[in-house]
Amino acid sequence: MELILNILGAIATIVLAFTVGMSYGGIVRKITARVHNRMGPPWYQNFIDAFKLAGKTTAINHGIMQHFGPAFIMVSSIVSLMIVPVLNGGGWFENLNFGGDLIFLLYIMVFGPLGMALGAGQTGNPNSAIGITRGLSQMVGFEIPWVMALVALMVQFDTTSIVDIMRIQNESGTWMMFSSPFAFIAAVMAMLGMFRYSPFDIVGAPTELASGPVSENGGKYLLTMMSSGSIFAFVKLTLYVDLFMGGADNLIILVLKTFALYMIPVLYGIVSPRYRTEQSIRFFWGWPTFFGLLAILYAVFV
Amino acid sequence: MINDKNSQKIVDILQNWARKHSLFVLAYGTGCGAIEIPPTMTSRYDAERFGIRGAATPRQADVLLITGYLTTKTLKRVIRVYEQMQDPKYVIGFGSCTINGGMYYDSYNTIKVLDKYLPVDVYINGCMPRPESVISGIVKLQSLIAEGKANGAAKYKENLDWYRANQKKIIPNWVMPEYNW
Repeated sequence: MELILNILGAIATIVLAFTVGMSYGGIVRKITARVHNRMGPPWYQNFIDAFKLAGKTTAINHGIMQHFGPAFIMVSSIVSLMIVPVLNGGGWFENLNFGGDLIFLLYIMVFGPLGMALGAGQTGNPNSAIGITRGLSQMVGFEIPWVMALVALMVQFDTTSIVDIMRIQNESGTWMMFSSPFAFIAAVMAMLGMFRYSPFDIVGAPTELASGPVSENGGKYLLTMMSSGSIFAFVKLTLYVDLFMGGADNLIILVLKTFALYMIPVLYGIVSPRYRTEQSIRFFWGWPTFFGLLAILYAVFV
Repeated sequence: MINDKNSQKIVDILQNWARKHSLFVLAYGTGCGAIEIPPTMTSRYDAERFGIRGAATPRQADVLLITGYLTTKTLKRVIRVYEQMQDPKYVIGFGSCTINGGMYYDSYNTIKVLDKYLPVDVYINGCMPRPESVISGIVKLQSLIAEGKANGAAKYKENLDWYRANQKKIIPNWVMPEYNW
């Protein structure tokens, strides 16, 4: 009985993440269009795209790893979704929360891009290879402030469990973004790179790289990557809300908080042109890393 | 139940509706007509409200736009690109040049009738067609898709020998992989 409930909980979480993530993607396209003074597609455009992609034939074969690449990305998204608690204190299914999950999450979040790198590498498309090089370089860039922010949290509150961090916030009544502000600043700056909106969209640059690592993947593979990207966006936003904004008591508050947070990279991206790879890495190793260091010093000495 | 003809019909209607509202256009400008695509996609005419989006690679694209004249040299690349696209796929012939050669009717270096080399679903005439006519052509393609009549790709597979013979007449050094669907 408990097993069935766990499986149902996992499925419900995946459906929730997929729906919210895809809707956010459509709303972002709408907002971008309004900023360009266009009408833009309807907010459910991404669902139509997904349905269409599911009906396309996918007769592309470059080898086994090419077929595994999208699967790796999906697995990584879903496993990280299972670890991040959706709501505060038992408001939603527990899935796979355990002590020390913050450290595990750091590892599993880079598993997807690495699997994708293997998959895209086998297609032999030069655009894919360049895209992967850029993506992994940028990941080295934004992972440093991100890990520093998380380490600062772990040191300051002496725990490596996301649930514990949420509990501490709820007991003290202050959100982490106020009780450890430097970690929040570093994490938000790292988030700009994590979401890959402009100016950090150097991986999938359509006019430059022909959409980069996904350039050989159409149809169902593109659908897999699109939906796993949506799920992963939900995971990242929920994680930020859990860590820095005190979690959420119900789904409406969760959607409001994640949407507000999501607007930071989106609105910054709409008005920005694209960086080159070295500019992007220099950005992440500049102020975000400085704030990360400050956060660790703050956690140790204050 | 699953292979029932009526249930297949319902699935077709649903899928055609989705295909119609989500056309990924391959950004491959062959001739001068490509200059009409940016105003079609951007603020003034905003093709994205129909669900039309640029796709950067043939693997992800649904629609191949042949924008204007097609030189014999480009034809080879276009055939390659068309055959890399995944089903269902559509071709839009853009401008007078694709219909009868247009102002290049006596050129030794361009092909005159596109339909002999690739299965065209919709023609947009004009030299150049303005963004309004491009959008009306795309809307025409959408209605054809909804009715299930945009089956150029199936025609291409059926009459592959005829198309190949025409293509090989134009391209003397044919070094391309032979596909068998």
